[in-house]
Amino acid sequence: MSLLELDDLSVTYRIASGEVPAVRGVSLTLDSGAALGVAGESGSGKSTLAMALLRLLPRDARVGGRILLDGEDVITMKWGRMRAVRWAEASIVFQGAQHGLNPVRRIGDQIAEPLLVHGLAKPDAARRRVAELLDQVGLPAWRARSYPHELSGGQRQRVMIAMALGCKPRLIIADEPTTALDVMVQAQVLTLIKELVAEQGISLIMISHDLSVLSDVCDRLAVMYAGRLVEHGPSAEVFHDARHPYSRALAAAFPTVGDPVSRLAPKGLGGDPPDPMRLPGGCSFHPRCPVALDECATLDVELWPAGEHHSAACVHVKEREGAQ
Amino acid sequence: MTSVAAARRRLALSRFWADFRTHRAGVIGMVVLLAAVVLALVAPVFIDESVTSVVKGTGERWAAPSLGEPFGTDESGRSILLMVWWGSRTSLFIGFLAALLSIVIGTVVGITAGHFRGWLSALLMRVTDWFLVLPSLVTALVLAAILGGTTFTIVMAIGVTTWPSTARLIRAQTLSVEARPYIERSKALGAGHWHITTRHVLPNVAPLLLASTTLEVASAIVAESTLAFLGASSNRTSWGSMLRGSYDWGAATQGAWWYILIPGLAILVVVMAFTLVGRALEAVLNPRLRRAA
Amino acid sequence: MTETQAAAEAVSTARPSLLEARDLHVEFASRGRRARAVDGVNLAIGEGEIVALVGESGCGKTTLARTLLGLERPTSGEVRYDGAALDYGSRALKAYRRQVQLVLQDPTGSLNPRHTVYEAVAEGPRIHGLPDEREVVTEALSRAGLRPPDRFFLRYPHELSGGQRQRVVIAGALALNPKVLVADEPVASLDASVRGEILALLLRLREELGLSALVVTHDLGLAWNIADRVAVMYLGRIVESGPVEQVLTAPRHPYTQALMSVLPESPERVVLTGEPPDPTRIPGGCRFHARCQVLASGKAAEAGVDGKCRSELLDVLPAVPGAQAACHYAEVAG
Repeated sequence: MSLLELDDLSVTYRIASGEVPAVRGVSLTLDSGAALGVAGESGSGKSTLAMALLRLLPRDARVGGRILLDGEDVITMKWGRMRAVRWAEASIVFQGAQHGLNPVRRIGDQIAEPLLVHGLAKPDAARRRVAELLDQVGLPAWRARSYPHELSGGQRQRVMIAMALGCKPRLIIADEPTTALDVMVQAQVLTLIKELVAEQGISLIMISHDLSVLSDVCDRLAVMYAGRLVEHGPSAEVFHDARHPYSRALAAAFPTVGDPVSRLAPKGLGGDPPDPMRLPGGCSFHPRCPVALDECATLDVELWPAGEHHSAACVHVKEREGAQ
Repeated sequence: MTSVAAARRRLALSRFWADFRTHRAGVIGMVVLLAAVVLALVAPVFIDESVTSVVKGTGERWAAPSLGEPFGTDESGRSILLMVWWGSRTSLFIGFLAALLSIVIGTVVGITAGHFRGWLSALLMRVTDWFLVLPSLVTALVLAAILGGTTFTIVMAIGVTTWPSTARLIRAQTLSVEARPYIERSKALGAGHWHITTRHVLPNVAPLLLASTTLEVASAIVAESTLAFLGASSNRTSWGSMLRGSYDWGAATQGAWWYILIPGLAILVVVMAFTLVGRALEAVLNPRLRRAA
Repeated sequence: MTETQAAAEAVSTARPSLLEARDLHVEFASRGRRARAVDGVNLAIGEGEIVALVGESGCGKTTLARTLLGLERPTSGEVRYDGAALDYGSRALKAYRRQVQLVLQDPTGSLNPRHTVYEAVAEGPRIHGLPDEREVVTEALSRAGLRPPDRFFLRYPHELSGGQRQRVVIAGALALNPKVLVADEPVASLDASVRGEILALLLRLREELGLSALVVTHDLGLAWNIADRVAVMYLGRIVESGPVEQVLTAPRHPYTQALMSVLPESPERVVLTGEPPDPTRIPGGCRFHARCQVLASGKAAEAGVDGKCRSELLDVLPAVPGAQAACHYAEVAG
């Protein structure tokens, strides 16, 4: 059964000069134990989406649609219940979260804090749990007595993951968890996340602009552009055989070393992401699209089926599927 | 192109004004301040130095406020109203000039200490610290006593003793600006010390300077009054020297409350006005500074 | 040797070296200890050549780049430009700035938020008192792909997208008509779709202006995208260098192999363990031996070099265009 279900989710920020639609009608489901990657550029709405899931949005955001977490609607949930959900069912690991640790408190105390605050464990049991959590993220138990500045960036990100695991959540939302880290450390943290998902049956939503990283960790990928899903399908398919031109551009941005096609031929996408307050009509992507047709300027695109469990919001997909 | 640039500047200015207007206390302070400055500037058109002359006192001695003499008179029959008006010229003049001196020294020392690392910075900061721990009032008093009581020496005495806090503030801001990558880019483009400090650092500390100047004027006016009250005055009528006079002539025992209250209120109102404007400027300019960074 | 390799070598050797580091050492005092950030580096960048300097953070690659720009002084060794050692006198250094320019990682921070695009690009020409400032700025902007240039003159950095800001930074460098660009992670903070455009711009500038570039990065994909040669740096030294095709398809140094193995597409992952590299404590013997997977797996012992790995220092690699690796095991294993 699905753990998380987004139904026509929309988020609009109200600012002085008008309304900014950040997420526009996103529907998604996430099964228990599955890993979903959400890809997109800055301003695509991917981080807003993540924040909306745990109602962490600022006050000026208006949320529409439904977010069902285990059948309960997060949007209409009572505040007290929401707090419980944030710890026990879903937790979030932010980008650059290494800086989110309190510099004057020991690591162990910080990991134990939510357990004690929520009355989930007595001090003794909490200490044992901290050791267990540190072990799960590959840090020795004595590290509990360290202060954040004594750890490297990667180790701090591990501590953040340990904190997220603390109350045995069923869903972890990771927003660019490896962005500020070195390649080696990034690989270690990604391996850790993959193992946790596989061994503990935790569901994962991982957000990044790097399709290659996402496809490495996640089963399914959702690509967002200008607040909408433009493609959704199995990782390998989306990464290697994207059906939407924007996904193709994202995939090509990080070349495969050794691939003669990309040698001395970096591929990018012309133009800039659209201003959310002045979205182009028709398909929002058409001004930057290398394969746009005349009708793209007016056609209302939606996710059309593009294979098994795969859909893409591109007129070329619609025509190809229609022809079959 | 220049007209577009000018239009942009106007837009920025109008945006600043729109922001400032939301701070009601700041606007009130600004109005009071402008009124005080304009009154001080136009005073010579209506009155002259003679209102402070002991021998030319026109009224009765120790007259209580009345319709003819709204703020009463002093021991020589001089009008308190006219004296406060004329005295505002000295108080504001010394206040502005001393603040300017203090800000200039503080900015030069602060930017120099922040921009140049190494021994020069260390030396400047030790000097700053030394001035910071000096009891500034006593030092100013001694300086004024040694140099003799002229407007110039009072300005010097206040300016020279109050710059260290500005220097510290500016140095901290300079250090934070210098850590930005655009300074590195500028160095790589071949920029020298002068270019970096005047094109990058100074414009970035300017908003902070504006706010701190305003606050500095307020404290300089208080310092001038204090010095005058303690006897180190520029031999011209200021609000501080009026307070001194009221004390010397035993205004309190005479029951002449107006002699003490009116100059005191004048100081309070103007200093408050400066403080309100300074705080509002800080609130408007600082977030912009942070956002822009 | 394959055809592409031979071709690459022929091209590299044909280029006389323009900017060169000779036995360069840069040391800092770090928490009371001496940090050898750059610990003996030979590196040459030829005319019209793009060299990628690859390594993890803390390996000294940024310090090396800053030293090549003359922003940092070497403890020993020298930086040579156009056949002469760099003169650190202020006038000579200022003249040098017109030849070698910098592009930083974060375009947002690299631009003064109070300066317009025009002022940002004109900064270099103004410092050097170049004539026809307006024409220079117009040309630099259009070369950097901001067209029509005058539409951008009065924009402020916060009104531009990340990619456009990086183009402004590049235009600012181009305004001085330099021969070499040193780019420190030029696309790391840009969005994925913009990344390729900026890299393509660097390639185009090389084609149109014959511009050489040293691109400092942690991203091997970037090296594959635009560089002719790659130098892999570990703890202050270049441990492997050579033509991109050779080094990135058949890496010989275990560290390069490990870096390659953590790329998402790679079949088998070598995740290095051990302490993260610390330039205040460079191990004896081969500086990589404590984390080396070849040594740990016993393969080095089989080849009979494990003793050498632990105790014998390696020579500093010379600045030659061909492929080379500083590794005892690679020497015997070929």
